[in-house]
Amino acid sequence: MGLRNLVDKMKPTFSKGGKLSFLGSTFDAFETFLFVPNTTTTKGAHIRDCNDMKRTMIVVVMALIPALLFGMYNVGYQVGMTGFEAFWFGFLKVLPLIVVSYVVGLAIEFGFAQSRGHEVNEGFLVSGLLIPMIMPVDVPLWIVALATAFAVVFGKEVFGGTGMNVFNPALLARAFAFFAYTPQMSGEKVWYAAVDGADAVSGATALESLSTSGTLGVHAVGGEPISACDAFLGLIPGSVGETSTLAILIGAAILLFTGIASWRTMLSVFVGGLAFGYLFNLLGVTAYPPYLHLIVGGFAFGAVFMATDPVTSAQTDKGKYIVGFMTGALAVIIRVCNPAYPEGMMLSILFMNALAPLVDYFVVERNMARRNRRIKTVK
Amino acid sequence: MSKNIKLRKGLDINLVGRAERTVAERPMAASYAVSPLDYENVTPKLLVKVGDRVKAGNALFFDKNNPRVLFTSPVSGTVSAVNRGEKRKLLNVVVDADAVQEYEQFESTDLGSASREQIVETMLSSGIWTRLVQRPFGLIADPEKKPKAIFVSAFDSAPLAPEYDFVLAGCEKELQRGFDVLARLTDGKVHLSALAGREGFVAGIKGVEHHTFEGKHPAGNVGVQIHHIDPVAKGEIVWSMNIQDVAVLGRLFLTGRLDMSKTVAVAGSEIDKPQYCRIIAGAPVRSLLDGNVRKQQAGAAVRIISGNVLTGRKVEADGYISADADMLTVIPEGDRYELLGWAMPRFHRFSVSRAYFSWICPRKAYRLDTNLNGGERPFVVTGLYEKYLPMDIYPMYLLKAILAQDIDKMESLGIYEVLPEDFALCEFVDPSKIEIQQIVRDGINLMIKES
Repeated sequence: MGLRNLVDKMKPTFSKGGKLSFLGSTFDAFETFLFVPNTTTTKGAHIRDCNDMKRTMIVVVMALIPALLFGMYNVGYQVGMTGFEAFWFGFLKVLPLIVVSYVVGLAIEFGFAQSRGHEVNEGFLVSGLLIPMIMPVDVPLWIVALATAFAVVFGKEVFGGTGMNVFNPALLARAFAFFAYTPQMSGEKVWYAAVDGADAVSGATALESLSTSGTLGVHAVGGEPISACDAFLGLIPGSVGETSTLAILIGAAILLFTGIASWRTMLSVFVGGLAFGYLFNLLGVTAYPPYLHLIVGGFAFGAVFMATDPVTSAQTDKGKYIVGFMTGALAVIIRVCNPAYPEGMMLSILFMNALAPLVDYFVVERNMARRNRRIKTVK
Repeated sequence: MSKNIKLRKGLDINLVGRAERTVAERPMAASYAVSPLDYENVTPKLLVKVGDRVKAGNALFFDKNNPRVLFTSPVSGTVSAVNRGEKRKLLNVVVDADAVQEYEQFESTDLGSASREQIVETMLSSGIWTRLVQRPFGLIADPEKKPKAIFVSAFDSAPLAPEYDFVLAGCEKELQRGFDVLARLTDGKVHLSALAGREGFVAGIKGVEHHTFEGKHPAGNVGVQIHHIDPVAKGEIVWSMNIQDVAVLGRLFLTGRLDMSKTVAVAGSEIDKPQYCRIIAGAPVRSLLDGNVRKQQAGAAVRIISGNVLTGRKVEADGYISADADMLTVIPEGDRYELLGWAMPRFHRFSVSRAYFSWICPRKAYRLDTNLNGGERPFVVTGLYEKYLPMDIYPMYLLKAILAQDIDKMESLGIYEVLPEDFALCEFVDPSKIEIQQIVRDGINLMIKES
């Protein structure tokens, strides 16, 4: 194979002792991207499952695609376009966000891998796509760049890289941008892309309307009231990828079928959100149907793609039920009880990221106690 | 009395090349080898030199840490080589076999009147003692200690593993005698676990506690069985023995001779005619393969594994089958590149993940090679290892405790109950390609050092 020969010819230059050996990790990343390496097992099991991190991460990226494509269409739809025109308009608006996030994030990842002499981790393939999908479409690119850099460096690399981080990097990027640049991340204008350089359209998101008036509000273009069906399909203002519950559920189906995301977490988040939605209804705090919580704002997106992050969520099966339930419940509590900040999902997941190790600690502690009891009955 | 234990976790990997139920008698090979490397934590001290004559059952070396434990020759003949590696580490002792075998005659002890100490002495001097495995840690049993129970598994659930109901058919007498001997070694019970539905060949054994297990691999691992029957707590000791070795032990106490013959499966996708072979322990690999390996394309190699594909040892074509192996597996080496492999459908490869397509044809037998199928990464996925370890243990937490060298945590999380082999499936499925069995081995070695 010609390509293989070419790679083999280049390899010595990048290997130890070669002229460009300081770019070894970068070369390795591209080489293993092109070719599954010829490494064979030396210790332990002689055969291995053909699943690896690359495949795992690429399946997650594929699961994100329906929500991303719909998000692009919705960007155009929200400013009054329809059909392919809407999609193309949205595509051109969203693409720069994706490019910036990937370029900044991967550059830092490669740099760190290089300085540590590690192979480059695939984790950012997912984070890099998640970041633009949870940003408002009108966010300035430099904020995306800064937030991505912050998330990768302080959310991940300072802990040792993929697999060692405490907080979900993509959510950390959003939290950073939200708190550091609140005016550019909220308000009535950021949810609508500028047309021909001018902010033509503005309006509250369905989530904000829900928190202030108990209804989903009206479409900014046309003035029709937003129906629950619109919210489910995703024809509402919001962050790029989060609006369509339907597209997110397609992604969820992919993740659950392939077994990559935990159904325990996903299910418990929805159950927790719904349970507390009903509770607030019973207490008379809210009057709208509780299921609206699940289809507006970032609830569904967070439940499917963020809360299920295996690294930052609970690691034990029992822990997953508990952490998932609390994530959903907390998101609804924040939405209902804190009028200044209607979107609770982001903070709820980040907070539960911090609590997950504690939950796991108690789950594992019980297993250890069972075993230690056995010693005492012996002696 | 007999209890059926059903395990839901685990995995049967369906490989091409299962041994047919025929036994090929192999002629006596030219030479046989005994290696201290087949055992953990043995420091060998030689008792013979090149040119010495030995009978089957005569000692070749002993363990310095435990001088009563002798390693004996499986055949009679002349010591032809003492192979050493780096730092003069003893690799193996090779004995050129006589055409007509002579056996060391051990006292054919009358079990009724013999004391436990006499029985132990016969087992030690014949070398069969080395086949007694002590848990925790999987070491050779300490003759100064008494186990709370002894466990024998009557089936092997690993991929392509030999079927003992075929291998040991007609050996009831030896087996019964072997179990009678084991029963004398402990004040507790001797537990015999068979595969549900295939327990017929051991059902008649008396003086043991019968159990049956249902489920996928690793249900046949004695460690998993111990965990479900009578788990090992800190400070306790149990022993286990391979069931073919129980038959050898039985023969020893029936005839007074160490007859190390056993039936091994020769299996794997690269074997022309997978079948069983009757051999003597320590036989050369060549005598077993002997023109039975499929011709490979230019540049392609095969891997010969003494044991099964999950836990066996790699051996060279001029090597010898290891003492604990009941099978020899030959699979293709996977030392080639695959263009964009991770993005391809890969119908010919197996994965437990539905990110690939093995789930479409669950009965398909695979020809898997030794490619690692990816690069090593930190722990990322969760909830996966648990599905392949049918024990009340949190595998990832135990592994992390080992990596952190936290002895107390390792104890509480179950290090006394596991051996690397119990984690072999976790290692197989791991998308992060972490050397899990080696981590467990390191953890056990640390525990031995600290205790």
